[in-house]
Order: sequence, then C-alpha cells, then structure tokens
Amino acid sequence: MAYLKKSPWLLHYDASSCNGCDIEVLACLTPLYDVERFGIINTGNPKHADVFVITGGINEINREVVKNTYEQIPDPKVVVAVGICACSGGVFRECYNMAGGVDQVIPVDVYVPGCAARPESIIDGIVKALGILEEKRTAMKETERQHGN
Amino acid sequence: MTSIITAIVFLILAPLLGGLIAGIDRKVTARMQGRVGPPVLQPFYDVAKLFEKEDVTVTPSQNLYILAYLVFMAVSGAYFFAGGDFLLVIFAFTLAHIFIVLGAYAAYSPYSYIGAERELITLMAYEPMVILTAVGLYMVTGSFYISDIATSTVPAILYLPGVFLGFLTILTIKLRKSPFDISTSHHAHQELVKGLTTEFAGPVLGKIEIAHWYETVVLLGMIYLFFGFNPVLAVVVIALAYLLEIFIDNTFSRMKWQWTMKSGWGVAAILGFLNLVIVYYYYVGV
Repeated sequence: MAYLKKSPWLLHYDASSCNGCDIEVLACLTPLYDVERFGIINTGNPKHADVFVITGGINEINREVVKNTYEQIPDPKVVVAVGICACSGGVFRECYNMAGGVDQVIPVDVYVPGCAARPESIIDGIVKALGILEEKRTAMKETERQHGN
Repeated sequence: MTSIITAIVFLILAPLLGGLIAGIDRKVTARMQGRVGPPVLQPFYDVAKLFEKEDVTVTPSQNLYILAYLVFMAVSGAYFFAGGDFLLVIFAFTLAHIFIVLGAYAAYSPYSYIGAERELITLMAYEPMVILTAVGLYMVTGSFYISDIATSTVPAILYLPGVFLGFLTILTIKLRKSPFDISTSHHAHQELVKGLTTEFAGPVLGKIEIAHWYETVVLLGMIYLFFGFNPVLAVVVIALAYLLEIFIDNTFSRMKWQWTMKSGWGVAAILGFLNLVIVYYYYVGV
C-alpha cells in the first residue's frame, strides 16, 4: 500500500545556502502553501525522515555531515536538491572550498533549480520525489522477498 | 463478564478512536492557524507509513522497552474500562511511562537522554494531581473501583470542581500540549529533535504513537468519572475539554520545566488539596 506517499516527513538541511532557498522551503509550511495538507511534516530528526531536502552547495566542511545525515535516514528515502547551488554548485561552483552540488556526496533523486527556488517548484519537486519514494519501496520489498526465499 | 467485554472492546476500538481524535486535533489546530490542514485520517497514514519503513535500531533493548510501554498502556487502559481499581490503573499507567523513559535512556543519545529527563520531570509534575483525583473520587463516591465511580449517582463534579480543574491542568501535560510539551511534541521539531523519541524510527515509533492513542482515550475516560451521573453531559464535557486543550496548545508557547513543576504541584496543592479538605469537613465529616 502507498502510505509512504501520504505521509512524507521531510528533513531540511542547509548545506551552505545563502538562506534564500531556506526561507522558500519554510514558506511552503506557512498557511499560504500549507504542505501539511499533504501530510508533510518538517522533522528535525533524520531517523524520522523520508525526504531529505538540501539547500546550498556542498563544501569541504559539511561533506561528512551531509553523508552522515543521509546514512541515518531509514530506507526507503529520497533526496531533493533545492536551488541551483544544491543542483550544481551554482555561482560558487569554482570556489576553492566547494565540492559542487549535492550529487557529489550522496545520490540525488530530484533536482529543483532556481535562485531562489519558488515554493511552487519546491512542492512540485517533493511531489515528484514521492513517486520515486514509492518505486524505491517496491524495489525494497522485492529484494526483501528474494532474500527471504 | 461485561467487564471482560468492555476491556476487549477498548483494546480494539481505543486505537481507532485515539487516532481519530489525533486527526481531528491536527485539523482543528490547522484551522485555528488559518490553514487547510491534513486529512482527518492523517495519523493513521503516518503510523501505517512508519510500519513500512526500515527498522533501524542501535540498541536492541530499547525496542523491548517500547513494547512494554505499549503493552502496559493497553493493559492499564483495558483494566480501567473493565471497571477495575483506579489506584492500580494509575500505577500501571505510571509504570508504562517509566518504560518509555527507560527506552529513551537505553538508546544512548544525548538528545534522548535530555528527553528522558524531561519526561521524568513531567511525570513527577503531574503524578500528585492524578493521585488526588483518585482520592477525591473515593471520598465522594466511596469506592476506588471504576465501575462504582462511573455508575455512581453522586454528581462528583459539584463536590470536586477544584480537583476537576487540577485534572484539566495536568491533562495538558499528559497530552503533551504546549506550554508543557517539553519532552516531546508534534510542533517545533527542531528543538531537541523531538526529545524522548529521537532514537526511535520506523515500526518502533509507530508503536509509541499507538500507545499514545490508548493513553488519550484513557485520559478522556478519566474526565467521564466526574460526570458519571449524566453520560450525555460527560461526553459533551469531554469534547469541550479536548477543544480547550487544543486551544491552549495553540495559544501558548513552550515553558521551562520549572514552570511545569510549579503548575503541576501548584494545582495539586491549591485546587486539589484544598478541595479535598473542604469535602472532608463539609461532606464526609457530617
């Protein structure tokens, strides 16, 4: 059953964002957009999360932090890179301390471009991620079944 | 015989009712904040999802403690609805809470440690008032048995208005509502990353949610005892009391633990104890 799609809890991590994308992510939670009507809750805890939303590019300092946080999220999980910096590093791409986009460290499922990404496109990206989440769950069930037999 | 049936009915229906109450709670909260809010069945989706997730456990013993929490919560609730001894219900209820605290301590994480300590503080804060509630109902109805208290024709609320107000105050603590949601809460997740439940994920977290649904039903059942003489009135008061709790949840910010202690013991000492003294001299004493 597809309960995962009905109750995605998301973890928002600010890698090295300028706060532009962050406030847009938080804007999704305000009464105007109200993503809680889709069952989306912003948790602060990777162990409770299903969707990992990252804003900002990865630098050398938070590389390990992002990796560690990602590994603490129980399967099935999806990663959404919000903003152009998270997608590719953006204008900071060539900086000496930047590793680049989020996909340099962990696998990214959905890219939401924009500077800053608009709340509508963030919601769109997360809804797209829910489809991938469901696929991952089916794949996980399948491997579990094969190992069981 | 009927007591066994009501106990079984409780075990089956309480999670459904508790989840529905939680869903209505979230919907009403959203409407109070000018939002549309999630579907009423959202808590069920959440728990169903948690059971679909991978089970990540660092310390296996924590899962045993959570299972004990769920079992003791269900058993004490079943005993309550079977019409058993109120004092035993309270003790089993407290024991269930001790198990979740032990679970949080077993998890070896600074966040869940602080959450567990805060839970112990809230436990300490509300426990005197719960005991005074039992004592007050005994003084008025002459029995510690739920079956006798609930079917008593004495209008307990008229003799125990202070105890009832005190019970409403600690209900805010027990339902984990603002301003007393220091150990875990559905709002402000960034703070202490949900405290007590930090280290629990997937199916284990789902069990905690189900236990909380049982707990809600039992707590609302305790309100019924004050209005046992008129069941219709009792149901109306339960609904109003829960709405009041949601309203308080939305209008207060979180307070420090010192304030929880002062409120819990303050209402127990002033409203609860004073009420019992008056009942003792003017009702039992005659």
